[in-house]
Amino acid sequence: MVESADTRDAPRVKMRTRRLKLWYGDKQALAGIDLDVPEHRVTALIGPSGCGKTTFLKCLNRMTDTIDGVTTEGSVTLDDVDVRDRSVDVVQLRARVGMVFQKPNPFPKTVYDNIAYGPRIHGLAANRRELDDIVESSLRRAGLWEEVSGRLGDLATGMSGGQQQRLCIARSIAVAPEVILMDEPCSALDPISTARIEELIDDLRTKYTIVIVTHNLQQAARVSQMTAFFHLGRLIEVNSTAELFQSPAESMTEDYITGRFG
Amino acid sequence: MTQLILTLALICLAAAAFLVGRRKAIGVTGGRTSILHSRPVYHGWYVALACGLPAVSLWFMVLLAGDWMIDRTIVAALPGELREASAPILQRFLNDAETLAAGGIPTIEITPELEAAAASFRRLTLLERWVGFSAAMGLGLIGAGFAMRRIDISRRTRQPVERVLLIVLLAVAAISVLTTAGIVFSVLFEAIRFFDKVPFLDFLFGVKWSPQIALREDQVGSSGAFGAIPLFTGTILITLIAMLVAGPVGLLSAVYLAEYADPRHRAVAKPMLEILAGIPTVVYGFFAALVVAPALREAGIMVGLDVASESALAAGLVMGMMIIPFVSSLTDDALAAVPDDLRDASLGLGATHQETVTRVVIPAALPGIVAGFLLAVSRAIGETMIVVMAAGLAANLTANPLEAVTTVTVQIVTLLIGDQEFDSAKTLAAFALGLTLFMVTLGLNVVALRMVQKYQEKYD
Repeated sequence: MVESADTRDAPRVKMRTRRLKLWYGDKQALAGIDLDVPEHRVTALIGPSGCGKTTFLKCLNRMTDTIDGVTTEGSVTLDDVDVRDRSVDVVQLRARVGMVFQKPNPFPKTVYDNIAYGPRIHGLAANRRELDDIVESSLRRAGLWEEVSGRLGDLATGMSGGQQQRLCIARSIAVAPEVILMDEPCSALDPISTARIEELIDDLRTKYTIVIVTHNLQQAARVSQMTAFFHLGRLIEVNSTAELFQSPAESMTEDYITGRFG
Repeated sequence: MTQLILTLALICLAAAAFLVGRRKAIGVTGGRTSILHSRPVYHGWYVALACGLPAVSLWFMVLLAGDWMIDRTIVAALPGELREASAPILQRFLNDAETLAAGGIPTIEITPELEAAAASFRRLTLLERWVGFSAAMGLGLIGAGFAMRRIDISRRTRQPVERVLLIVLLAVAAISVLTTAGIVFSVLFEAIRFFDKVPFLDFLFGVKWSPQIALREDQVGSSGAFGAIPLFTGTILITLIAMLVAGPVGLLSAVYLAEYADPRHRAVAKPMLEILAGIPTVVYGFFAALVVAPALREAGIMVGLDVASESALAAGLVMGMMIIPFVSSLTDDALAAVPDDLRDASLGLGATHQETVTRVVIPAALPGIVAGFLLAVSRAIGETMIVVMAAGLAANLTANPLEAVTTVTVQIVTLLIGDQEFDSAKTLAAFALGLTLFMVTLGLNVVALRMVQKYQEKYD
């Protein structure tokens, strides 16, 4: 394996899946996925529609629990503890592994209340001052503070799509997660907003571990250090992004990234 | 009867015109109907409308104007003293002439004048019908012929047909609006007559309700009092009790159904709840009067409370039961309209299911929930049967739910039951009450519907 500049000093594995299988009813969506997610890196999941990459992402913080008729097998570990173990509380898991969705989904509340929602339910702030600080630092980290500092009391649903998505990122940062899962976070945004989110993802990498699902191969190449290619519920190939895009080991990966199918 | 048959004949003519028009449209293409600008069925409708619309309108005009002209002709032919008679007598004479002409038995003695009038009535009616019908037939045929000549491959018959259809739809839609306006005006005018007899402010702010009007000058207790405050407070009290029952129960059952119940439970529980909405209110009424009220009275005696046998509490409790499905189904809709994105966002931040429901889903659905509550309040205020059977008639001004109170709807019913003269303050008071009731419920509905609209816009 040729090491790129970002992966030179081999990072610790933050999350790891082994033989992860998943069924929707009796339809199998994941056929045994083994993937290591390196800490403080951006891992991109690519592949054609319906290949299971979003399903895989949702397994990482057990958002699949909310879907009726889902059964899983295999293991998903966070810092070497299985997230599906009975001792693990799903609420704490999701506080540690946050999620940003495809469509910006701010609550119909004020900007402030959107960010403060997570800290409030987890009791992260002892008083109003601490909460104010969390809100400010989360917005700053999401690059939104300059734009919204004067209108924290406005409804978040009135902001532009790009601002809403950065707000959703700030909202997940506010509960101090270790991993952030992003499910096609830019697919509903214009190119300028997309560029801002990509910059943001790059900044966030220093503090968080990020897993991003994307349909946009250029985006995967721009923001990620690791890329995993999924097809029909299987993990076909995983490698450093530079390696995977320049010299894919599998012909199927090559066909996909050169646009021959998918 | 003859008019009906002739009207049907005109409609048959139009139907025939439809068939002929459609056939011609197919004919001009030589079988390749795709080259027509408008489909053959539009050509058929075009001819049918060109035939039927003028024919039927002329026919109805003849029937309306003809009857008036016949009456005038007969009156003009009457001997002097009858012609000078007052309008009601003349009208009665004409009605009897018509009855006699149709072979019925008139209400007045049969005189030669009446027989003569009946004879000319019969003659003129026959003339009117056949002249009118022939003219209508003729006009219909001319219209159809004119339209037939215009049928062509490039003729745009779809546009005029659709325009007529639009007008028909508009007219049908206008019926409900006009009905509402008609009700408002009829109630409004009677209410204005009431306010001629009783000052507006005495009605609205008076605290004594005793709608008794003396039949004789010297009758005891001849002075009526029309202060509606006791009725308003009674209505509010019962509505409040009803909402205290229906609000929490309806809201929580909707939360259970929409957010917690698994599909199998929901499939059973939701129809069960909706059965409540299907029970006739009169059944609720005797349930309140015969089961709940005596039970409350017994319970009151046991704890040493004096509960009236027609207490506000009994009526309110049962009315609350009645509007539970109303509240729960509207709340259920509001909760279901909250996008799953928001639930996912909350769960993804590590919120529990219960935190998600109370902090995200219910606040997001709140405008819809409040609108549902307002509609339920307006329903409770206007509800009649339960309170007629279970609430009292005595207009007590009290906030004690254990006493008997009366409501606006109950008083309207009692004021109008039995033989009444429709110009006494007592009867007219019912219209003033009806108007007040209508205004309040209309206001509540308008506010509620606007809230629902605003709420829906947010998630589109």
